[in-house]
Amino acid sequence: MTEQIFSLNHLPIGQKGRVLSLVSNGKERRRMLDLGLVQGTTVEALQKSPSGDPIAYFIRGAVIALRQEDAQKILIEC
Amino acid sequence: MGLTHQSTGSAIDTGELTIIRTSPQDKVIALAGNPNVGKSTVFNGLTGMNQHTGNWPGKTVTNAQGKYVHNYKNFILVDIPGTYSLLASSVEEEVARDFICFGEPDAVVIVADATCLERNLNLVLQILEVTQNVVLCVNLLDEAQKKKIHIDLQELSHLLGIPVVGASARSGIGLEKLMDSVEEVSFHQRRTNPKSIVYPEPLEQAVSILQPAVEKALTKPLNARWVTLKLLDWDDTLFHSLSDYIGISLLKVPDVAENYQEAKDLLRRSSWSDEKIRDEVVSSIVAKSEEIYQHCVYLENKAYNHRDRTIDKWLTSKAAGIPIMILLLGLIFWLTIEGANYPSELLSSLFFGLQEHLVVFFHWIHAPEWLTNMLVMGVYRTLAWVVSVMLPPMAIFFPLFTLLEDSGYLPRVAFNMDKFFKKANAHGKQSLTMCMGFGCNACGVIGCRIIDSPRERLIAILTNNFVPCNGRFPTLIAIITMFFAGVAALPLQSALSTLMLTGIIIFGVCMTLLSSKLLSKTVLKGIPSSFALELPPYRRPQIGKVIVRSIFDRTLFVLGRAAAVAAPAGLIIWILSNVMVGDASLLSYCTSFFDPFAQLIGLDGVILMAFILGFPANEIVMPIIIMSYLCSGSIMEFDSLEQLHLLLVEHGWTWLTAVCTMLFSLLHFPCGTTCWTIYKETKSIKWTALAFFLPTLSGIMICFLVATFARFFGLA
Repeated sequence: MTEQIFSLNHLPIGQKGRVLSLVSNGKERRRMLDLGLVQGTTVEALQKSPSGDPIAYFIRGAVIALRQEDAQKILIEC
Repeated sequence: MGLTHQSTGSAIDTGELTIIRTSPQDKVIALAGNPNVGKSTVFNGLTGMNQHTGNWPGKTVTNAQGKYVHNYKNFILVDIPGTYSLLASSVEEEVARDFICFGEPDAVVIVADATCLERNLNLVLQILEVTQNVVLCVNLLDEAQKKKIHIDLQELSHLLGIPVVGASARSGIGLEKLMDSVEEVSFHQRRTNPKSIVYPEPLEQAVSILQPAVEKALTKPLNARWVTLKLLDWDDTLFHSLSDYIGISLLKVPDVAENYQEAKDLLRRSSWSDEKIRDEVVSSIVAKSEEIYQHCVYLENKAYNHRDRTIDKWLTSKAAGIPIMILLLGLIFWLTIEGANYPSELLSSLFFGLQEHLVVFFHWIHAPEWLTNMLVMGVYRTLAWVVSVMLPPMAIFFPLFTLLEDSGYLPRVAFNMDKFFKKANAHGKQSLTMCMGFGCNACGVIGCRIIDSPRERLIAILTNNFVPCNGRFPTLIAIITMFFAGVAALPLQSALSTLMLTGIIIFGVCMTLLSSKLLSKTVLKGIPSSFALELPPYRRPQIGKVIVRSIFDRTLFVLGRAAAVAAPAGLIIWILSNVMVGDASLLSYCTSFFDPFAQLIGLDGVILMAFILGFPANEIVMPIIIMSYLCSGSIMEFDSLEQLHLLLVEHGWTWLTAVCTMLFSLLHFPCGTTCWTIYKETKSIKWTALAFFLPTLSGIMICFLVATFARFFGLA
């Protein structure tokens, strides 16, 4: 099994990945941490919005929509 | 006794919350929790009050307080805005955090969503670091049961070290028990025993270096370990609130400063950057939440949210998402138009029937003729117009909209529309505040607190008025029905009206986007900040409750305000039209003053004056127009829309007048209440002025263009 590392916005719909690290800092990072996006958290890509951005993710029991710019700053492995 | 939390120095940032205890024994209970967990429902259940609820995050944006009595003891319940964590990032979260941390509540009730417990535990653990007097209310147990989510409340209570009460607040289940637990905790009859979270070694060491000094320096009853942690894990806004609260800046205390340096040095030696501290603190809490969750929650059906996902697949799909959105909006309008017709006519014939009796009554008491005319023709008739034309659509639209809100659909609207707002360099949650504006623009403006970036919040505030509020809908509906629906055959009339109204709303949304873009390219330059939009589980709205509550709390309230404004406005119109100077009435002087300019933008002097007089409440614009025409024309009775149509046409209305009036109704200055709210929210005359002129100028411009274009091509 090969582990792949990419940013969250590239996670295909219906697939899961684990958070590896956050690239953002300051307020942005805090907001992502608040969502429970710490290292090792499982994230599933659920659904794109009609225009393809944002995308809804399943994070720790909640459905959270993130814009591409923000999802880009979350590195995941799967 | 006037013992306020403000007088004890814990002023909430926004300065809005003053808690008035009737006696010093009253217990102050903070009601905290993540957004959208039914906090307001718990609040209403306990206090018997009617805080507006809705199924989307960020509904409670101000602190509401209410009282309840339990076992002969008084409790003051403070409903604070929902927040995911105490690391506040928006204004409303700051308000929540400051109240929990520095408001000295006697106990904190945390409401958690049983269907999403892991995420909720985060906040619980963070609050437990601040205070021990906490009761956890696991709400929405009925929803959890439906989804076959089993929660071991006893084990949860054991692991957290605090009382845990299960509840389904919507049906009132569990509230009695909750009140018992709150009593026990706030009167210290039951000791809570939360276990502190243990952080990785270097941080714990740093805490032990700094904590004793902090403990000595603290002048208020605060948890020293928590303050120490927050000093190490630096949080600017929290530190400000903390310094305000205790009256000194902790880092200026020599002892604290010295140990702070030492602790920081230690962390630096272990190569712990500020970022790393924050990460580790959050990770530890998240890990603990996960651990507790694993212990207490058992999912019988792993795909418990399958239904929601399926609904989302439709409502937010690429092909159907936006059409469904527009259809739903259209459906609501159609129901409003169709439903309002009959009661409107009923009410007006009722009121005008009553008018004759009133006249007879005034004659009977020998009131002078001018007084009879003034009160009946002026005040009473304007009031009658407001109630009969405005009440039915309002009373239908508002509950329908609340149902949509309760079901959890609005965040999906935000999800669908986000791309447009992003292109306008605006915040994605602006669609939520825009939707709130449909109900009431002032509420929409307050709602903008859910947007954390000041720039984007201002954009949302300034553009909120581009969607028509509940008070402006009836005007639009009346004009559409009179001037445009008539061209279609009867069964199609309301469909055509719906189509036109939907078109106008879409135009309003486009204007919102356009002006947001304009603002973010000029005075409010910047790029959109990051945000996370929660899509909450769908819930079946409580139809009966919604209808009752939105009619009684909202519609009648708004109507009352409109009536309060309409009565004096009717009086003014009557006086203006009856006081003669030379051979013309004051009214005709006024309207002919406005007329040249008004004609330029496709209106007439009366219409423009009605908009100006309608500044206190938009609901009275149409009634004022009607009154003015009636006063200056031959006295006739009008009790149906067809006759009204005739009256308007008699005074020179064409389809162009109708279009321009609708456009100007959509695009003009916010009402008085909204302006005042904008001023309170922005604390700036400059921004309030911009909020006033932005829609007004664009309205004037667009109406001018439409009128000129139509006249140039001889269309009107």
